[in-house]
Amino acid sequence: MTRVRSRLSVYALINVAIIAALVVMLYPLIWMLSASFKTGYEIFHSLSLLPQAPTLDNYISGWTALRLPFGVFFMNSVVLCAAAVLGNTISCTLAAFAFARLRFPLKRVLFAVMLMTIMLPFHATIVPQFVLYEHLGWVGTILPIVAPKFLAVDAFFVFLLVQFIRNIPTSLDDAAKIDGCGPFRLFYWVILPLLTPALATTAIFTFIFTWNDFFSQLLYLGNSVSSYTVPVALRAFIDATSLSSWPQTLAMSLLSLLPIIGFFMAFQRLLVEGISTTGLKG
Amino acid sequence: MSEAAREGIAAYLFLLPWLVGLFGLTLGPMLASLLLSFTHYDLLSPPRWVGLRNFQLLLSDDRYLHAVRVTLTYVVLEVPLKLAFALLLAVVLNRGLRAVGLYRALFYVPSLLGGSAAIAILWRQIFGGDGMANMVLASLGWRHPPAWLQDPGYALYTLVALGVWQFGSPMVIFLAGIRQIPREFYDAARVDGAGRVSQFFRLTLPLLTPLILFNFILQMVYAFQTFTPAFIVSGGNGSPVDSTLFYTLYLYNEAFGNLHMGYGAAMAWILLVVIAFSTAAVFASSRYWVF
Repeated sequence: MTRVRSRLSVYALINVAIIAALVVMLYPLIWMLSASFKTGYEIFHSLSLLPQAPTLDNYISGWTALRLPFGVFFMNSVVLCAAAVLGNTISCTLAAFAFARLRFPLKRVLFAVMLMTIMLPFHATIVPQFVLYEHLGWVGTILPIVAPKFLAVDAFFVFLLVQFIRNIPTSLDDAAKIDGCGPFRLFYWVILPLLTPALATTAIFTFIFTWNDFFSQLLYLGNSVSSYTVPVALRAFIDATSLSSWPQTLAMSLLSLLPIIGFFMAFQRLLVEGISTTGLKG
Repeated sequence: MSEAAREGIAAYLFLLPWLVGLFGLTLGPMLASLLLSFTHYDLLSPPRWVGLRNFQLLLSDDRYLHAVRVTLTYVVLEVPLKLAFALLLAVVLNRGLRAVGLYRALFYVPSLLGGSAAIAILWRQIFGGDGMANMVLASLGWRHPPAWLQDPGYALYTLVALGVWQFGSPMVIFLAGIRQIPREFYDAARVDGAGRVSQFFRLTLPLLTPLILFNFILQMVYAFQTFTPAFIVSGGNGSPVDSTLFYTLYLYNEAFGNLHMGYGAAMAWILLVVIAFSTAAVFASSRYWVF
């Protein structure tokens, strides 16, 4: 009996400790939410999480604080992310199918090269890529960010999809071959319909990474306000404005996180399983 | 045409976009980057061959050497601390808690958001001299806490904290690994009289070493490339007094700010070689500690 009771209290104690740790960890985010409804004075003078007089002013004035309204930057980010998702899902799936299911010369070498490019720091290629895009007249457009997605440069997703396709029983292929299916019909009618979960994982992570990606958007889209994406606009915000605008800055920063939080809440299980099995970055 | 030949042709058609990307956007630019590193190039006039001059200049560039120190300090502190937290929480979360799914998701939230400009901005507010952290510390009785991100003695460590805060993604991987360990192993250990602590050190930890290796390399490669938080909290220049001048930040400013493309390419290649050697060294060491 005492043993059972001590078990129970240990269990309760662990839960309390975990919740305490979570509160400390998530406190900055909760504070950010509350601060976005406070006045500037209150942010720097009160620790209370409940704003004295909650106001939407920060959102309203923050939305139009730059030369163009934030809606433009959100639209730019959405277009960029949608194009990136489309590119990654198509190109990575095609390559993954070949690696997972087809026999071809140099397969082992190319697969090893593909794996190595996953670990490659993107700085190794960034200078000549910039020069290339500059000569093509692409700097200032989304093409330098989107075109690589249509060429499966994010090899990580190729790897993720290869792993997934390898788990689909090959007996399906054999049946399809007996029915006279070549590689193309095998891909389109047999493998592709079974890939939905992996495609969703690829699409969601591509969206999140592209949404958060700062370096390349700063580099390629940072020169003209009309091409700003959300992260680049946030950066312009802290550059252009003084301390007095912290409330607006925090309000816009919070807005910029909402799409990611939304996706996470909707697809939490899928995403966490995806990380567990393949070790996504973050 | 034989069936094998047809399959081979089909395979290369499927691989075509990837191959174009591999040669046109990865291998080609890598080679071009290597060549550029031996030139002086400002994007306006054609590249001029200067031999090893960029590399010689780097070795006598105090800001560059400082950026190397900042980045190494960050990697050496951030990666082990992050993995330690990840492992600790994974072990605790695995103790049959009912809400483990919810806890796991909540601990993952910082990893999901942490790389964004928005969170770096939040960090800049919280750890400013008059930010939220110091208001909390003052209310706890610490009258004159440091100004964190505005203090060159603390700025880098404040960014280490931002990195460690994102321990959720290695934690999720560890948790998945712990669940693969058969229960019978623990039953057998208990029969042999092993307590919780010795179960962890003699059973859980050795069986997790392959995942520790995996997470270590992954996190190390990312840590070397840290850019966004340093750029945002320092306003792009590595301030205060270069204390957050990360390698990639200096590279960005040299290559794209000052248009020293050759110099930037040389820095990029050194980074590539350092990351490759570090990864190889960790792999080589693994035969002594991976189970």
